[in-house]
Amino acid sequence: MIFSNVTDMPQMNISIIEYFFGVNIMKKSISIIAALIVMATMSFTASAARDTIKIVGSSTVYPFATVVAERFGKSTKFNTPVIESTGSGGGLKLFCKGVGVEHPDITNASRRIKQKEIDLCAKAGITDIIEIKIGYDGIVVANSKRADTLSLTKRQIFLALAPEIPHPNGAKQLIKNPHKTWRDVDSSLPNVAIEVLGPPPTSGTRDAFGELAMEGGCKTFKWLKDIKKENKKRYKAICRSVREDGPYIEAGENDNLIVQKLNANPKAVGVFGYSFLVENSDSIQGSFVDGVLPTFENIANGDYGVSRSLYFYVKKDHIGTIPGMKEYLREFTADKTIGQDGYLTEKGLIPMPSSEYKQFRSAARKLTSFKGLN
Amino acid sequence: MSNPSSNSSSITEIVNKGLKKRYRSEFMFRLYGITSILFAAAFLIVFFSSIIDKGYSAFTQGELNISIYLDPEIIDPDNTLDEEEIRYANYDKLVFDSLKNFFPSVSSRKERKELKALVSNGTSLRIQSLVLDDMSLIGKTLDLSVKLDSDIDMFLKGNVDITLDESQRRISDNQVKWTNELKTKGLISQKFNSTLFSAGDSREPEQAGVLGALVGSFFMLLITFIVAFPLGVAAAIYLEEFAPKNKFTDFVEVNINNLAAVPSIIYGLLGLAVFINFFGMPRSAPLVGGLVLALMTFPVIIIASRAALQSVPPSITDAALGVGASKIQTVFDHVFPLALPGMLTGSIIGMARALGESAPLLMIGMVAFVVDIPSTPLDASAALPVQVYLWADAPERGFVERTSAAILVLLFFLLVMNSTAIWLRNKFEIKW
Repeated sequence: MIFSNVTDMPQMNISIIEYFFGVNIMKKSISIIAALIVMATMSFTASAARDTIKIVGSSTVYPFATVVAERFGKSTKFNTPVIESTGSGGGLKLFCKGVGVEHPDITNASRRIKQKEIDLCAKAGITDIIEIKIGYDGIVVANSKRADTLSLTKRQIFLALAPEIPHPNGAKQLIKNPHKTWRDVDSSLPNVAIEVLGPPPTSGTRDAFGELAMEGGCKTFKWLKDIKKENKKRYKAICRSVREDGPYIEAGENDNLIVQKLNANPKAVGVFGYSFLVENSDSIQGSFVDGVLPTFENIANGDYGVSRSLYFYVKKDHIGTIPGMKEYLREFTADKTIGQDGYLTEKGLIPMPSSEYKQFRSAARKLTSFKGLN
Repeated sequence: MSNPSSNSSSITEIVNKGLKKRYRSEFMFRLYGITSILFAAAFLIVFFSSIIDKGYSAFTQGELNISIYLDPEIIDPDNTLDEEEIRYANYDKLVFDSLKNFFPSVSSRKERKELKALVSNGTSLRIQSLVLDDMSLIGKTLDLSVKLDSDIDMFLKGNVDITLDESQRRISDNQVKWTNELKTKGLISQKFNSTLFSAGDSREPEQAGVLGALVGSFFMLLITFIVAFPLGVAAAIYLEEFAPKNKFTDFVEVNINNLAAVPSIIYGLLGLAVFINFFGMPRSAPLVGGLVLALMTFPVIIIASRAALQSVPPSITDAALGVGASKIQTVFDHVFPLALPGMLTGSIIGMARALGESAPLLMIGMVAFVVDIPSTPLDASAALPVQVYLWADAPERGFVERTSAAILVLLFFLLVMNSTAIWLRNKFEIKW
């Protein structure tokens, strides 16, 4: 022990340097520290080779990908892939920066790659991409079990949450959304204030909610639907925006927080991914959307209207350079993983129908390149 | 205070009149002071008791005593002793078979699935590694204490409301029945959760630990200290002892003070732009994290070191110069050693702040799922505060208590660092 001689030290006039190192070590220690700095700054250049798969991308796919990565790392001799949750857009941006060990090998996405992003990738020399669809995810509208189950239509969701809605008298004119309670939206709904906790605009869940639920409701007004042909931008602004005057509360990317808030406040309604409903099925219930409950079966067979596909994209040039890529693809597309009874279904992933599944499994085995959007 | 006996009675009267009011205002002031301290203490107590209340149960984990027959027919039917063959054997079936010994009546697909889910799915991997380490085990029976699945553990810890309908909770009626049966047989016990301190992150709460994050934080702080301390001290000595007093020095001084107040996320952005994008350092690595935190801690160390240098009395300098020491001898042989305890104290407190920092780490990709324990500062890694953030965001119930447990671990290390700083100060502080 360094400190064992504390009591027999002469008091006060000994300096800390003498105490720890002896008298004249100070100059030596400075040079040691300097050497360490040089080593620390130099050593990153030695990182030319990488033996761990790097994955970035969607926060929705993250809970699934991490489970696969962990199993992969523990059951094979390869390192466990490192997964960073950056959001679908952020992930593709990093992914498309270039080929080489400093760039990620795989990116997860809760939506399909866009043409813009394909072009971005091509510019950086990434032309060979493998696209793997892993399954579906439902977006649920849910509330606490202590309140009654809600039964909403997409039209009602749009009327409750859009910043501007069509005039109630049927005129082709938009007014500021006046609805304060669900009863204001439709007389069949409970007389409680509209209070919806949902993800912020950076989230893929929010994109999908805007596209599927809000736009789905918006389209039921024929004249709004017609705007799409004339002015696509304006149509999107009307149909996919969410009001900012209070009833819609952005609760951050943390879906757990939304669940906790729903438990505390039975009047509030939350919007989040189906996997969080699965984990919290004892306290939270999904609402009917257009008469369909968000259950496993309903999402799998496509009856539930607010669901989206989950993907990941693989840089083909990295296969062979980074060890374990092929095996990771194999693990992720195995029947035990994303098949009908795969372990990801326990985490809330909705599996693909078997014909579609077979197509992506063979793509993963044969490393078939992505042919572009069709 | 005036002495009443030597003053005229009219003054005494005036003083006496006001006395009560003065006493009262003093009393009220003390009362306000005590109230505000009590208020702050109450918040602290609520904060700690809620974290401890939520987190203490994470330090134990339900385990089941089980004997597993390592059936050669399943592991290595052709007796090849080939590693690849043995690696891919169906260990799940071994675990399932031994569970089935307890409940032979289980037959339907649903029941089988439920029974399998009683124990952690890490069990089969554990058996796999045991067998791979020692192939002579094949054909023998192993007595193991295996972890229960996190959902069952939550039930045992009283976090599942079993009065609800079966469809509305995470564990089924069968599982409740089986668990209670095993418990009355004395096969289930709560043991110390050593995994929490010996494993990296995991998506299964019962297999998750903070070691990866601890090691990551350690590497980061090491680099922070190596970079920021010598630079900070050197800058402080120059500014305090050698720099000419002019407008430029004043300008530098004002900027250092401003830097100390810059929000930490900005350092994260700087790190992303400079270290990762420009120098091409790896994302998610403690090296980059340590450099970013060093930038953040740097001004704090300069300020603390300058205060320590200022507190060395001028008589020391004068005496040294008086006996013919040069300026540099005076500073390095006399002033600097005396100021070092103060510098270290300030630096440790700055480092403690760096340990608890998560915002800049978000920008440089340290919010990543990392299972393997990092072995160098270049490996991808998480850090303690980031681990708290990741677990708080995980959907599984078992992570609620683990989040609080990780907070407790973080607070423990902060406490250790701060008490070291106090100890150093008390030990070496010199009253002039």
